[in-house]
Amino acid sequence: MRVPVKELKVEERIKCFDEVCLGYSEEEAVLEASRCLNCKSANCVKKCPVGVDIPKFIEYIKKREFEKAAEIIFKYNSLPSICGRVCPQEIQCEGGCVLGKKGEAVAIGKLERFIGDYVLNNDIDVFKKEPKKNKKVAVVGSGPAGLSCASTLAILGYDVTIFEALHEAGGVLVYGIPEFRLPKEKIVKKEIENLLKLGVEIKTNVIVGRTVTLNQLFDELGYEAVFIGTGAGLPKFMGIKGENANGVYSANEFLTRANLMRAFLDEYDTPLKIGKRVAVIGGGNVAMDAARTAVRLGAEVHIIYRRTEDEMPARLEEIHHAKEEGVIFDVLTNPVEILADENGWVKGMVLRKMELKGVDESGRRIPVEVEGSDYVEEFDTVIMAIGTVPNPIISYTTSEIKINNKRCIVVEEDTGKTTMEGVYAGGDAVTGAATVILAMGAGKRAAYAIDHYLSNNNN
Amino acid sequence: MYKIIEKNFLAENIVMFKIKAPMVAKSAKPGQFVIVRIDEKGERIPLTICDYDRSLGTVSIVVQVVGASTCKMAKLNQGDYILDFAGPLGNASEFVNLNEEELKNKKYLFVAGGVGAAPIYPQVKYLRQLGVYCDVIIGARSKELVILKEDIEKLGCRVYISTDDGSLGIRGRVTDLVKKLVEEGNTYDEVVAIGPVVMMKFVSMLTKELNIKTTVSLNSIMVDGTGMCGACRVTVGGQTKFTCTDGPEFDGHLVDYDEVIKRQNMFRDEEVRRMHHTSECSCF
Ligand SMILES: Cc1cc2nc3c(=O)[nH]c(=O)nc-3n(C[C@H](O)[C@H](O)[C@H](O)COP(=O)(O)OP(=O)(O)OC[C@H]3O[C@@H](n4cnc5c(N)ncnc54)[C@H](O)[C@@H]3O)c2cc1C
Ligand SMILES: Cc1cc2nc3c(=O)[nH]c(=O)nc-3n(C[C@H](O)[C@H](O)[C@H](O)COP(=O)(O)OP(=O)(O)OC[C@H]3O[C@@H](n4cnc5c(N)ncnc54)[C@H](O)[C@@H]3O)c2cc1C
Ligand code: SF4
Ligand code: SF4
Ligand code: FES
Repeated sequence: MRVPVKELKVEERIKCFDEVCLGYSEEEAVLEASRCLNCKSANCVKKCPVGVDIPKFIEYIKKREFEKAAEIIFKYNSLPSICGRVCPQEIQCEGGCVLGKKGEAVAIGKLERFIGDYVLNNDIDVFKKEPKKNKKVAVVGSGPAGLSCASTLAILGYDVTIFEALHEAGGVLVYGIPEFRLPKEKIVKKEIENLLKLGVEIKTNVIVGRTVTLNQLFDELGYEAVFIGTGAGLPKFMGIKGENANGVYSANEFLTRANLMRAFLDEYDTPLKIGKRVAVIGGGNVAMDAARTAVRLGAEVHIIYRRTEDEMPARLEEIHHAKEEGVIFDVLTNPVEILADENGWVKGMVLRKMELKGVDESGRRIPVEVEGSDYVEEFDTVIMAIGTVPNPIISYTTSEIKINNKRCIVVEEDTGKTTMEGVYAGGDAVTGAATVILAMGAGKRAAYAIDHYLSNNNN
Repeated sequence: MYKIIEKNFLAENIVMFKIKAPMVAKSAKPGQFVIVRIDEKGERIPLTICDYDRSLGTVSIVVQVVGASTCKMAKLNQGDYILDFAGPLGNASEFVNLNEEELKNKKYLFVAGGVGAAPIYPQVKYLRQLGVYCDVIIGARSKELVILKEDIEKLGCRVYISTDDGSLGIRGRVTDLVKKLVEEGNTYDEVVAIGPVVMMKFVSMLTKELNIKTTVSLNSIMVDGTGMCGACRVTVGGQTKFTCTDGPEFDGHLVDYDEVIKRQNMFRDEEVRRMHHTSECSCF
């Protein structure tokens, strides 16, 4: 049996934005670590997208050598406090753990989080910087891809500047994922401060492509290479009738108002209005975050999803927490029209029942409409969480950067090299909406490719 | 932090600020806007770029006080700092992409409503520097609210004024002037109308009848201004567009104005509450 992790009580947490999962204490971490069998060719490692040496760091936790454990993790992953909290562990590392076959997998994510937090709380210096190379590299976007690319380059001795369009660094980590899942002051800001300690400069309010073009970065500002980590932030809508009614938000708008602009706090100026009954369309992490945020703002919240719970792409823990907090799951249901009142405000939705038939080429069950099953439900707010596509500004404004038909930047797989000389890209901007750890992995790989390029190119 | 170099009242509740923002000044083009956040707790306010000086590194904006945030802004003074000033955002006006040859024989009619004279100014200035013919109509409720008239006249174009009360220019609406100018035999290749949405709607209806291409600049509610939230979506020609990345200028004959108007009122209750919260605006 896994050592249970302490959580904020349901009655308390639905009234505030405090973090729900409280993490392991030292004793609990050591106890949980002792369950690990230290497997030789460990399957957990194979399932981690960045190949963290899991048995080794867990071995050090067992011996209470937490700094050593940190050293191991940081070789692979520079944001363990974040990944430990948000990785979909059940399909990654923990999904590969042998113990999971018969009982419960080792809580690898929680242990990684424990070490990450230990480092932050004890101000441990984990990075060893190489001598300065006196070469400038620009990183566009400060999400996980940009952050990990920047930190890797800084460690390698480059002078790195991150350009961020918004007023705060962190990408989805600050504007998307809510406080109750990933604390901003305690975790995200601290991870970013560590980056600043490495000498990375962050310039906010700079929209690359508008404030300054990629060509200007090279020709006028003296950067020798550029990494693009601009994410996939452009929200999709369903294209159904009534979708532009007042009270229909994209999840990004809703979460940005709540997280980045702190609209839930009275003393902040940004408004947010949700009413009594809220429908969230979608079944991913984004939908769960929107739903749980709406619960905390006092609404009755329904998740509307066209497949069943088994097909939901959200992390298990999120689905579990959402249910505990009273979110109602209306599965096998799809909106066909949004109804508005005479002032243009949402008053409800026409919903249609679905059933699953067969599987598509990716192996997912295909939802099919049930004829004549339409019904109307009343809602004050509708939140669309049906996916996003890459941010458009760079590709709009830079013809040298090729994109594919899904608007993703085209790159060489191993290096992240784009179609423009000296420009690399990674993260959601390349893959479409994916995960924090994949974005970080891509950022890091690109950093090594940039190092290779600049070392061979113009010494 | 971005320093306020200069502050001037253009009318009782309309303020012009000149802000030090070299990177924005360097790239700014007519038609684009910035997003301003006054302080840590402030919202992100979109404002059109009214003028820029690349050598001094300054950008001018004109703010009309309509609610809590613009009120807070109007209270700032020369020497104060603004926390965030991001831009330029949005696409430059279409004519910026035309070369001198293509522009040479074109005639433009600009129609500004109220504070709309501010976004019109850099456009007229740009075209006049290339010697392009421009007429300008400014409409306002009364004489005191007509802004930038002399500045625009100095660019070398004829300026026509309409006011609701007849205190300056003709008594009537900007559409009356558009009709009059066309009836008098003036021809235009394009009308650019910027102002309150209802004004843009009526100008567009008229120019559709007159068969003159018309461009409008929409001021939808925005959050990020970078294409990330969809708050600014509008229906243009039956398709959903994002004002911040696809606009802010659109074909005036294709915009669903009624939807724009409804969406602009989305947070009215909250805004009224917030106004009371911050107590009455007392910047003047
Ligand atoms: C609500 C939500 C919940 C999620 N939950 C999880 C989860 O639990 N687990 C998980 O693994 N993943 C989760 N994800 C997905 C994960 O957050 C993303 O895959 C990851 O953040 C992608 O990182 P990135 O660096 O590529 O892009 P982003 O994090 O999107 O960062 C891109 C940054 O670039 C900036 N930018 C864009 N254009 C420009 C420009 N032209 N100039 C300058 N800056 C620019 C943006 O403002 C942004 O800050 C979630 C996503 C969302 C939205
Ligand atoms: C591209 C663009 C350019 C603009 N240029 C100018 C300009 O040059 N000068 C100027 O005075 N105003 C301009 N505006 C409008 C200006 O942004 C709003 O007046 C301002 O945000 C109102 O904030 P408030 O808190 O003072 O008023 P509130 O009390 O919050 O709102 C009053 C009204 O302003 C509008 N509004 C509120 N919030 C926003 C928002 N985030 N984005 C857009 N509109 C909003 C709504 O219609 C609302 O009903 C522009 C808007 C856009 C989108
Ligand atoms: S990075 Fe993510 S997948 Fe890899 S070990 Fe850590 S929590 Fe697991
Ligand atoms: S598979 Fe499980 S038991 Fe084996 S090393 Fe990995 S975490 Fe430990
Ligand atoms: S303002 Fe957010 S997408 Fe346009």
